[in-house]
Amino acid sequence: MYNQTAATPVSKERAAYLQKQRRKKFRIRAVQVSVVVLLLALWELLANAGVIDSFIMSQPSRMIKTVCNLSENGLLTHLGVTCLETLVGFLLGTVLGVGLAVLLWWSNTLSSICEPFLVVLNALPKIALGPVFIVWVGAGVQAIIVMALAISLIVTVLEMLNGFLATDGEMITMAQTFGANRRQVFTKIVMPSNLHTLFNSMKVNIGLSLVGVIAGEFLVSKAGLGYLIVYGGQVFKLDLVMTSVVILAVVAALLYQSVVIAERALTRKMRHKN
Amino acid sequence: MEEILKVQQIAQTYQAQNGELTALENISFAVKKGEFVSIVGPSGCGKSTLLSIVAGMIRPTCGRVLLQGEAVEGISPRIGYMLQRDNLLEWRSIYQNVLLGLEIQKKLTKENEAYAAGLLKAYDLWDFRDKYPSQLSGGMRQRAALIRTLAVRPEVFLLDEAFSALDYQTRLAVTDDVYRILKQEGKTTLMVTHDISESISMSDRVLVLSRRPAHIARVLDIRFDDPALMPLQRREQRQFQEYFNIIWKELDVHV
Repeated sequence: MYNQTAATPVSKERAAYLQKQRRKKFRIRAVQVSVVVLLLALWELLANAGVIDSFIMSQPSRMIKTVCNLSENGLLTHLGVTCLETLVGFLLGTVLGVGLAVLLWWSNTLSSICEPFLVVLNALPKIALGPVFIVWVGAGVQAIIVMALAISLIVTVLEMLNGFLATDGEMITMAQTFGANRRQVFTKIVMPSNLHTLFNSMKVNIGLSLVGVIAGEFLVSKAGLGYLIVYGGQVFKLDLVMTSVVILAVVAALLYQSVVIAERALTRKMRHKN
Repeated sequence: MEEILKVQQIAQTYQAQNGELTALENISFAVKKGEFVSIVGPSGCGKSTLLSIVAGMIRPTCGRVLLQGEAVEGISPRIGYMLQRDNLLEWRSIYQNVLLGLEIQKKLTKENEAYAAGLLKAYDLWDFRDKYPSQLSGGMRQRAALIRTLAVRPEVFLLDEAFSALDYQTRLAVTDDVYRILKQEGKTTLMVTHDISESISMSDRVLVLSRRPAHIARVLDIRFDDPALMPLQRREQRQFQEYFNIIWKELDVHV
């Protein structure tokens, strides 16, 4: 084991090594921040100088103004609607996807039968089904959630099923030597050894749900960031469009990060049980 | 001594896309209570298949296995099976790993849990009960896996190349360790191995299987002057080399 306790005296070489690592990390972070700042400054300056047309390109200062006025333009409501739709789509996609994957894992025959259909459904651009969903479930929030679900579901099923099937065979045999039935093999061996698969698929899923929601909002909606982007484009309010896109990027990053945090918390909890 | 395990005229034929394959042919033998019997044979001869049949995990094409006079049909809690690797679950502490068998068999009573705890104490793993498998050495992991099987109190132990995933030095030490524990607990053991030395160092009797279709080519009783010798000590004995040569010739290995 490595010496990691605070009590152990750190050698000179070790201290130098740690210092070097910290510096390297800091340097990378500094460059990342400066790239963003530089680009924003350049954008602002060029727009002020008239090199780029701020009417069609917007500009940072105008975007900040838009954010400050969010109470009048309803940005907050739109943001809330999009987040809610994404979360519902994400949760449905994850729960249904994992459930279906369990069914397919359970029955080899069923998964053999379903395989070609899953492959085709996976390759099919689900956005093409948008109009069909609108007809089926009605134009509104339902259609948007179904869209998010359609985009994330098949990927989840395939990813989880692959994970389940890749579980160490000798581990399963070990459980079977104790007389474990299929359910016990799943709950004691297959599911716990696939927690990382679950979180990986959730990380992909949260992004895909957002894609589905925005695509759905483009097609049919009265609110949401996707609606705002389409509306802003139509009335040439590029400030609104650009601001919405930036907010969308922040939302995507935050949602992804929350999955990462949940994963860390669960891994830690499993290690400290008992 | 009572013959606890009887294997009667076992034959196994596999059906595959490109034809039929006879793995085992007319295999019969018996194991007495407390005895340690090894099966050695050329690789791919069907040793592990034979063990899976005894464990009730595979149904033989012909023949039957009797455990204390009762036919073995399906996996029986009276038979303990140990595989190549320890297969400890990384997300469970050593204590929880040891209880896995009892948990699966729904026998997690106070009494059984105390028995498992007693085993951990007796075999020096009690202090490590809250550690995770990755924090233990290869030898300790193997011991934990053995205790996991001991905890469900099987009458017969089956070892399927149980040490072959370990490096050579650890393997020698673990062999001694496992042998001591199995003898101390008075368990009847049937071991499959491709390692001739390992079979001689641990067994009371060695069954040599032929190439496929496998049948019993030779039964060799292993006797040392001092019956209380441990596997490592046996390796230093004069007879060890003699037994080795007999089995080696019988296996007729060609490159």
